[in-house]
Amino acid sequence: MIKVRNLSTYYRKIRALDNISLHVWPGEIVSLIGANGSGKTTLLNNISGVVPFHSGQISINGTDVSRKRPEDIVSIGVSQVPEGRQVFSSLTVLDNLKLGAYLRYRKWQRQAISEDMESVFSVFPILKERLRQRAGTLSGGEQQMLAIARGLMAKPKLLMLDEPSLGLAPKITMEILEVIVSLKEQGLTILLVEQNARAALKISDRGYVIETGSVVIQGEGRELLGDGDIKRAYLGRDYREFWE
Amino acid sequence: MRLFNRRYETISRDDIDQIQLERLQSTLNKAYKNIAFYQGEMKHRDISPRDVSSVKDLSKIGFTTRDDLSYNYPYGLFAVPLRDIVRINSTSGITGKPTVIGYTKNDLGVWTELISRLYTGAGVTADDIVQMSFDFGMANWGRSMRTAAEHIEASVIPMSYLNPAKELMIMSDYRTSCLVTTPSHALHLSWLAKEKGIQVENLNISRAILVSEPLTDADRSRVESGLGVHVSTAYGIPEGMGPGIAYECGEGRLHISEDHFIVEAVHPETGNPVAPGDEGELVVTTITTKAFPLIRFRTGDISRIIPDAGCPCGRTFSVMDVPMERSDDMLTFRGVKVYPDQIKSVLADVLGEAPPFVIEMYKVKELDHMDIHVEEGEALFSDTIKRLENIITRIQGDLLELLGIRANIKLVERSTMQELLEGGKQVIYRDTLSKE
Repeated sequence: MIKVRNLSTYYRKIRALDNISLHVWPGEIVSLIGANGSGKTTLLNNISGVVPFHSGQISINGTDVSRKRPEDIVSIGVSQVPEGRQVFSSLTVLDNLKLGAYLRYRKWQRQAISEDMESVFSVFPILKERLRQRAGTLSGGEQQMLAIARGLMAKPKLLMLDEPSLGLAPKITMEILEVIVSLKEQGLTILLVEQNARAALKISDRGYVIETGSVVIQGEGRELLGDGDIKRAYLGRDYREFWE
Repeated sequence: MRLFNRRYETISRDDIDQIQLERLQSTLNKAYKNIAFYQGEMKHRDISPRDVSSVKDLSKIGFTTRDDLSYNYPYGLFAVPLRDIVRINSTSGITGKPTVIGYTKNDLGVWTELISRLYTGAGVTADDIVQMSFDFGMANWGRSMRTAAEHIEASVIPMSYLNPAKELMIMSDYRTSCLVTTPSHALHLSWLAKEKGIQVENLNISRAILVSEPLTDADRSRVESGLGVHVSTAYGIPEGMGPGIAYECGEGRLHISEDHFIVEAVHPETGNPVAPGDEGELVVTTITTKAFPLIRFRTGDISRIIPDAGCPCGRTFSVMDVPMERSDDMLTFRGVKVYPDQIKSVLADVLGEAPPFVIEMYKVKELDHMDIHVEEGEALFSDTIKRLENIITRIQGDLLELLGIRANIKLVERSTMQELLEGGKQVIYRDTLSKE
């Protein structure tokens, strides 16, 4: 689905990503795990074209998209659900969803769009109830659902989610993660950035651990859940050798 | 054709390139961060993991040798803290101290997967009865072969070295369908079967997986006809993942598990990569091993790697030849790898200094034997036979304990040693016939 090779990104002189390579196969959930500032969000922004990168290649389904503009990448089939939801709070839920399908309106796909909206409501029934409400009046969990739904309205093949559990209660987080699993079951490919490493790895096929801009560990989700380094750094286990 | 892991065993070239690059980069990042030796080696060459942006760039990094493994005894090359290690294996090192290899739980899972591919490639299934036979020094390989056989849900008879006649009895009575052992032991068993007049066509056995020794075509066909089996083999190194690096498919091709290893062939002297398909010394880099990563490890085995073999079995992994030669003087004795220098250091430990010695290898009833002729010099000058016998027992005990080999020690006079050394070789191979 997507292949990233030797990606390096700088913010002025600060190296944010250092020779990162990774891939996501169709139908997979892949997680990026790492501390704050390790470069996870930068990586998503590089893929979606929002932030330019210094060197490396990104290809989607065999096509090089390295220097493409964000709107071209959306039309290839990549949607990003940004960190902190970034819903348009003064607009209604309906308008937010329509904006998600913005590129498709230009292509005269009105009929298909309204069908897709119905299928989005089947995933998030609460949004249908709130359709005429302003997005800013929704709860945090509902806003997150709206942000994901808005991403889905572009009919992506790859959905990139940045910290979907940020600031949400554990119960709501679980709901969001269940939705992600059901989207995968419907055939969507998912690249997930998540603070909650344990929860993310549990639902992931594979994961990459990023430290200061480089991948240091990678493997299958359940394999990473058992990895000593990950337990210590991200799942809160202690650090000592056993003779200490 | 059955596969154990379709996704990876039939992966496209472009995908395997991507996976090798990713896994290589994270292996290097982690080794650089956690292992002083590898960091030092890279700094010495003024490079860092950042300089590797393709698998080809691996050649910028220096080699790791068996010496390096020995000098970092015991835990110097571990990339994870000991509490993450679930198994510690040793193989005889070359400085007198063993090489210590650690495995995390995940590593053991990878190992099992690799050997399961070997079984599946050999046609072994859950319906097979797998009988194992490994000598004392082969315990680590034997254990991994057993675990994987259980993993594919075969019925396993996990024997250590029994009386070979008893092994044949079990083979017949338990209706063994697959034998797992070393080539030399399989040859011995087929010799014994003939000797005892066993009709092999009445046995249930149909397969043999022979590992840990170079398998010649001649020996392969002798075992195939002698036991009435189809023989498969594998390639691996004692420094990691047992016989897990390459495995034979039904077409008789040895496929490298390229999703876990990068194997290069280099010129033994210059260290430069040879042209694809040319003969060279195999250099192994592990790309999924967590505890004990090896980066450009010089195996000493000489072989060829054929990329894009287009094997009819469907596997897309590159193919290698069974290595028949060594770039150094390592011996394989009943599956155990041993260097003459290791024997020398055992002699030196017991005797204070190592006297001149000659290793004689031969086969009796198709089974490897080793005599070590030691010159009766001053170190061995002694008035009592009893003391001499004591010394011999100690040497034999140390050889078995430290190196895992059972050898006979023969004390010879200086003149005899001169004769033995006439050919200028420390290791002499004798034909079976001339010995018996």
